[in-house]
Amino acid sequence: MEAFYAGTLGVMVASGVYLLLRARVFPVVMGLTLISYAVNLFIFSMGRLGTDTVAVVGSSETMGDPLPQALVLTAIVIGFAMTAFTVVLALRSMGEVGTDHVDGQEPRA
Amino acid sequence: MNHGLILPILLPLFTGSALLLMRGASLPVQRGLSLLASWALLPLAIWLALLAGDGELRLYVLGDWQPPFGIVLLLDRLSAVMLIITALLAGFSVLYASRGDDERGADFHALFQFQLVGINGAFLTGDLFNLFVFFEILLISSYALLLHGQGPDRVRAGLHYVVLNLVGSSLFLLGVSVLYGLTGTLNMADLAIRVAAAPAEDAPLLRAAGFLLLVVFGLKAAIIPLHTWLPSAYSAASAPVAALFAIMTKIGLYAILRVFTLIFGGTGPLDGMIDDWIWPLALATLAIGAFGALAARDLRMLLAHLVIVSVGTLLAGFALGSAAALSASLYYLIHSSLVSGGLFLLADLIVRQRGATQATLRSAPALRQPLLLGAMFFAAAVSVSGLPPFSGFIGKVMLMRSAVDGPDIAWLWAVLLTGGLAMLIALSRAGSLVFWRANEDEPLRERADPVRLLACLGLLSASLLMVVYAGPLQGYLQATADQLLDLGPYLRLIPGGGA
Repeated sequence: MEAFYAGTLGVMVASGVYLLLRARVFPVVMGLTLISYAVNLFIFSMGRLGTDTVAVVGSSETMGDPLPQALVLTAIVIGFAMTAFTVVLALRSMGEVGTDHVDGQEPRA
Repeated sequence: MNHGLILPILLPLFTGSALLLMRGASLPVQRGLSLLASWALLPLAIWLALLAGDGELRLYVLGDWQPPFGIVLLLDRLSAVMLIITALLAGFSVLYASRGDDERGADFHALFQFQLVGINGAFLTGDLFNLFVFFEILLISSYALLLHGQGPDRVRAGLHYVVLNLVGSSLFLLGVSVLYGLTGTLNMADLAIRVAAAPAEDAPLLRAAGFLLLVVFGLKAAIIPLHTWLPSAYSAASAPVAALFAIMTKIGLYAILRVFTLIFGGTGPLDGMIDDWIWPLALATLAIGAFGALAARDLRMLLAHLVIVSVGTLLAGFALGSAAALSASLYYLIHSSLVSGGLFLLADLIVRQRGATQATLRSAPALRQPLLLGAMFFAAAVSVSGLPPFSGFIGKVMLMRSAVDGPDIAWLWAVLLTGGLAMLIALSRAGSLVFWRANEDEPLRERADPVRLLACLGLLSASLLMVVYAGPLQGYLQATADQLLDLGPYLRLIPGGGA
């Protein structure tokens, strides 16, 4: 399971980095979102992967680590706010600068 | 437990929230509240500095969950010094902003207070994940403050700044979670104990986590090659925001100092793992900043590159690592934060009298008050490029004297002195152009606003005060450096930690 999980995260991060380097605002936002999803899953996995490990004392044989779950919640909330902000900023950038290129001007051909 | 420790976080938090609730209130009321709250931070920070002066480490244990469980705030001399710098910059910036810069968009003062929550929290926290959270608070307010007042330039610079920092935040989370996965704790002192005692097979992963954190802090601190966002962001921001941002690069440097003296310091196998890296990076940052200053065609761009030079200088001091070098760097840190804050305000005062030419370095109508602004610019330039009699000179001399080894001395002296010369050339070129090469156009009639002048003078006069009180200040900073390098008391904060 670890290998599959790690492979999934790797693909997500790779896609995210690819999108991030597209230099257009919308792919950049999508790339950031993918990377932050991958990071959230990564934090979650730091409590060790396993089935039937509930993070409540006494409800299963082996207890899961509750802290990464709390951390991941914080990270999700912050990531969500940041994504919302980036989308608004991207729209403003379109409106004020008139292009969706991240440098605010079309690259010279 | 002393509840005063959490006040530098709570005071701006409540003020900011109140300002959001009072959005209908008139601007003078909002300004008054914001000024009051920002200036109240100064006596508070000084009191905390006096409290920390006895050398004891004070913990504020939230919810009474004793460490290593729960979240703690940690007050030592270093945090107290950083709080004082923040309070000074914030007080004068908000004073400057209250003369009109806050009218150009909504909620300036609320955002400003939330920014202070993040900055003060980052300096006080003793928990790595909490450091991340406070970083995010200060970043999201800084995004909004940077964009405050609109304009295509700000949006362009803002987009780069936001995207880079979001990537940085992802890396920060990766680093933190690797550390948690290996050690099972996030308390910095507890991490220090466990990293030092980690089995050898974990060392490569711990090292990777450490370098991830270094990349993140290097991005915040604008260390080469992660410095490219800084000049456009700082020169696009409005003057009071740029002045407050003078502390932002220092937060990255503070985090480097904190994490790599405490968590990765001590006796473990990872001790000093970044030293080989940050020494060349520091010198390169210094050199690139100096080249940038020479090449700048815009007054604010020039000042932004001076910030990069100061980052390089400080990092060089950290890389030397001795108590003498650290205390010299801290002295230089105070000097460079306050003087560059003052310079950004001064540049704005100058630009306001240059009409349509703005900050571009070419001839413009003569300034309305060339003598006053010229004298201020001259004094600030002398101070920032490290000539006597101002604080920049003392800081640089102490830093150069703290280098002991042969090759280190040669490199540091050569780069630091050449960099200083480059700054001097860039500033004198800019100064003579701005003040002496006036064209025939009619000067603007408007004089500088007295309150704005006062705010600018207040920050610049810190340079003189730091010379007059150099003795006691240096004593405090020496003790700060000794405290940072002596890990025993930090480790003993954790039950059973430290021998």
